[in-house]
Amino acid sequence: MKTKMTFAAALLAATMLGGAASAKTLVYCSEGSPEGFDPALYTAGTTFDASSKSIYNRLVQFEPGTTKTVPGLAESWEVSDDGLEITFKLRSGVKFHTTDFFTPTRDFNADDVLFTFERQLKADNPFHAYVEGASWEYFNAMSMPDLVKSIEKVDDMTVKFVLNRPEAPFIANMAMDFASVVSKEYADKLTESGSISDLNQKPVGTGPFQFVAYQPDAVIRYKANPDYWAGKQPIDDLVFAISTDASVRQQKLTAGECHITPYPNPADIESLKANEALNVMEQEGLNVGYLAYNTQQAPFDKAEVRKALNMAINKEAILDAVFQGAGQAAKNPIPPTMWSYNDAVEDDKYDPEAAKKMLEDAGVKDLSMKVWAMPVQRPYNPNARRMAELIQEDFSKIGVTVEVVSYEWGEYLERSKATDRDGAVLLGWTGDNGDPDNFLAVLLGCDAVGGSNRAQWCNEEFNDLVQKAKTLSSQDERAKLYEEAQVVFKREAPWATIAHSVVFMPMRKEVTGYKMDPLGGHAFEGVDIAE
Amino acid sequence: MLRFLISRLALLIPTFIGVSIISFAFIRLLPGDPILLLAGERGLSPERYQQLRELYGFDQPLVVQYFDYLVNLLQGDFGTSIVTKRPVLEEFLTLFPATLELSFCAIIVATVIGVPAGVLAAIRRGSWLDQSVMGTALVGYSMPIFWWGLLLIILFSGILQWTPVSGRISLIYFFPTTTGFMLIDSLLSGQSGAFKSAASHLILPTVVLATIPLAVIARQTRSAMLEVLGEDYVRTARAKGLSPYRVVGLHALRNAMIPVITTIGLQVGVLMAGAILTETIFSWPGIGKWMVDSVFKRDYAVVQGGLLLIAAIIMLVNLIVDLLYGLINPRIRH
Amino acid sequence: MAGTNAQIGTASAATKGQRRAMLAEFWYYFSQNRGAVIGLYVFVAIVIIAVLAPLIAPHSPSLQNRGSFLVPPVWETGGDWRFLLGTDAVGRDILSRLIYGARFSLFIGAVVVTLSVSIGVIIGLIAGYFRGWVDTVITRVMDIILAFPSLLLALVLVAILGPGLLNAMIAIALVLQPHFVRLTRAAVMSEKTRDYVTAARVAGAGNIRLMFRTILPNCLAPLIVQATLSFSSAILDAAALGFLGMGAQPPTPEWGTMLAEAREFILRAWWVVTFPGIAILVTVLAINLMGDGLRDALDPKLKRS
Repeated sequence: MKTKMTFAAALLAATMLGGAASAKTLVYCSEGSPEGFDPALYTAGTTFDASSKSIYNRLVQFEPGTTKTVPGLAESWEVSDDGLEITFKLRSGVKFHTTDFFTPTRDFNADDVLFTFERQLKADNPFHAYVEGASWEYFNAMSMPDLVKSIEKVDDMTVKFVLNRPEAPFIANMAMDFASVVSKEYADKLTESGSISDLNQKPVGTGPFQFVAYQPDAVIRYKANPDYWAGKQPIDDLVFAISTDASVRQQKLTAGECHITPYPNPADIESLKANEALNVMEQEGLNVGYLAYNTQQAPFDKAEVRKALNMAINKEAILDAVFQGAGQAAKNPIPPTMWSYNDAVEDDKYDPEAAKKMLEDAGVKDLSMKVWAMPVQRPYNPNARRMAELIQEDFSKIGVTVEVVSYEWGEYLERSKATDRDGAVLLGWTGDNGDPDNFLAVLLGCDAVGGSNRAQWCNEEFNDLVQKAKTLSSQDERAKLYEEAQVVFKREAPWATIAHSVVFMPMRKEVTGYKMDPLGGHAFEGVDIAE
Repeated sequence: MLRFLISRLALLIPTFIGVSIISFAFIRLLPGDPILLLAGERGLSPERYQQLRELYGFDQPLVVQYFDYLVNLLQGDFGTSIVTKRPVLEEFLTLFPATLELSFCAIIVATVIGVPAGVLAAIRRGSWLDQSVMGTALVGYSMPIFWWGLLLIILFSGILQWTPVSGRISLIYFFPTTTGFMLIDSLLSGQSGAFKSAASHLILPTVVLATIPLAVIARQTRSAMLEVLGEDYVRTARAKGLSPYRVVGLHALRNAMIPVITTIGLQVGVLMAGAILTETIFSWPGIGKWMVDSVFKRDYAVVQGGLLLIAAIIMLVNLIVDLLYGLINPRIRH
Repeated sequence: MAGTNAQIGTASAATKGQRRAMLAEFWYYFSQNRGAVIGLYVFVAIVIIAVLAPLIAPHSPSLQNRGSFLVPPVWETGGDWRFLLGTDAVGRDILSRLIYGARFSLFIGAVVVTLSVSIGVIIGLIAGYFRGWVDTVITRVMDIILAFPSLLLALVLVAILGPGLLNAMIAIALVLQPHFVRLTRAAVMSEKTRDYVTAARVAGAGNIRLMFRTILPNCLAPLIVQATLSFSSAILDAAALGFLGMGAQPPTPEWGTMLAEAREFILRAWWVVTFPGIAILVTVLAINLMGDGLRDALDPKLKRS
């Protein structure tokens, strides 16, 4: 009756089943079921882990553990001087997976790239609506339909993107999950056999692992791609054991039923760290939680007032009570794992006395305001209600009365966009592509006022820096401009920057080569199990 | 018999339409625009928002949406999940065997233990046996089963480590799904130990899910037996000197079974409600967990289709119970 | 008017003396059932605990004792006399939370039963009294509600109304009321043709009066039994919703919600999981014991056998 599985047993069984001499199986206890296996259809990280991160490659990829872009299925690329044409030179000899359900007859080429993007872009592509409700959410969210004028096949191994305007973050977009390259040949075969929805159920890619089987809500099985262009993986089999319950995942990890698992309960981290058999990695998440003032509403239109309020917020108390240690105080609007993060910026010091005086000097008395608290749990803010209450308490110490308000989530997002919004709003952002533009322009640019710029803040100096950076293609030059923009941001204080969450990743000691992804994904390329 | 069947079926039609209206209306009342929720912090441009509303058909008047829905239903289309973009019916059919397997085992356990316990309690009315059976049944009936499940996990999975915490089978076993019933599939796979693993995963959820039906069946059997034992013909049989067990076996049990069968049939609704909690606790990949997850993800289409499918199943089972009842007891046909 | 009263009185309910005799008879049968009496005592004790919660509870239910996280119960090693049943993950005293939790559970039961009985009885009276299309429509609608598993329906309803204790109570009341409708309707239909009703009608009693004053009191027995059962299912369902995160919201010391919060500690701190469940079980069991006793005492058919 003892069913507690040991690794020896697992390995033994895997050997028996696989027939290989010493098959290595890595078991990842994942936090949920993937929505499907065509990453371009979805937006959830859980889905990307199971599809794009393991099965697919992109033209450009993020170097593991960083937000830096490196060549993937494109060996190199060139940007024209006006920034409007980007030409990708494709890698040759890349093979798609050979599986029970598909045997490729040719290598990866420009047709696959064209098909990948045209199915998302063109309404007349037979795969544009191959599943009901296909909306290509991320492709649209990154404004690709507006941005891309045309995609051209120069020759079998060269593809050219023509843009409507210069956009430096475009390269980073090409490394995002929605840009995962799928096989045109496979799609054609599915069309022939009349089972097009299999593109989303039985995936074929070029990535490090190939799909074997999926049992909904239970388990996904992969095996290493023997023909992987970057070399076969050190492990032979990869298993995603789906366990939605955090305490169950933790129990399975400590019992040795899985090697690695994400999202531990904050309360359990201490005991996980104390466990001899485990190793707990940690990293700041690519996110920021903030309190956005309405800079168009008096008296929050004055930078001194905003600054004074910022100084009254006790971030340490928030990190303790809301993040339970799984957070780091934020001083910039971008997280520290992102390139161009300006570490020289100094945070507003917590000093209620000085804050009180600043408010008086600004001629503000008996201020009462609203603080909006989100009704949902987000990575950048695990408990907005509690955070709002703490801010309420902090502000009362400098004589500011706070009323905490909340709305249903959809309505909250919608109402907080209004430029005549009453009060400061708690919100946050999780990065999409690791590009600073994805935070600074999206959340604080003049174009985003009345939209995702919840501070309704349009500062010419800041906006010019960010817009200029968008047109340059050199990352170093862009970084300088962004660093400067962060200084302007801190001076003007449209937000109180509150925290970046800290992500923990507990794993067995024998797992080697795992790199935490600052973008929040979970990839197992290069991971090995020490004997 | 045929007329009886037709009249019952005719009664079902308005109820089914009502059920479809309710599940449709509920979902339209759910707060939160699913499109806005889907976009999250990223937000949508007004054009894109409009585009998506059209894509999902939310721009149509409610009545039109409802009739579209009804027409689709008649063609066997229960809608498409907003989250996974897979047909609701397909998701339901993949997950339903897990719930069916669990419910089936639970109802078997509940019947096999509950009926004899109830019979014994009735025969030995007032004895310590009767009192302890009825006492236990009442405790079972009062049990918050979600807590009961947690308690069993603490004891059997945590402390004793006899049973696994969650799932349907150990990860080391891998074979294709043929019937969807893990017990059968594991046998078919021919892999040694697979059946044992599947069975050990099934034990705790079955016990938890069987608890309330078991209590209800035991109580119902006892009172049905008492009633029959009090009737004249049983008394006569007894007076003729037949042993009590023969009396029970020959006469009483058969007649007492009629209400008991109804009770067992009516437990299907109870099982479905129980499955919601049991599957959540044991991460059992069935439709109960699927519904709870969908409510939390605000996957309107799934909640709507799932409500309808589950209600339809319950109605169907009730119909079958009705028919069975009619077969056993011809008097009520009129 | 007085004449009518007397007429009805002799036929149906009671003069004072009769009523006292009935009560005495009821108590006789009720007290025959040892379990029912125990249930009653336990229930009364829980009511007292709930009422006196601020006096009895050693701590405030929401007080977070820094540095006393997950303290085990006093008899375990590491226990602390300040926290008899230990503390939860944020250092709140479990005993105090359980004591305050009694208030919520009884409150939930009372509100739900009041709501579902009053709505259910009115609808049932109307259906059974007027018959015809009104009855058909009402019966159909109740069939429809009963076609869904009650917990699932309540879950979806709460999702619509928004998670919270009040909405959970409304949802549960809604899914419980068809039982009262059916009971009342059936009872009214069987009572309606009795002589005393005809007599009252001949004497000129109006519809409303007939429904509420004449017929209803004679259908009370099954309703009381059903109400008791509903009281316990309301507590169970509310706890289940709380457990699923759709009922009372943290930090409310509602027992089901406490269990939901405790779930992640299931393998580390058995006491945070065990005690709230025992509290639910004991309360529900006490009420069900009483319900059985009431049924035996009120149901003449069972009395006979």
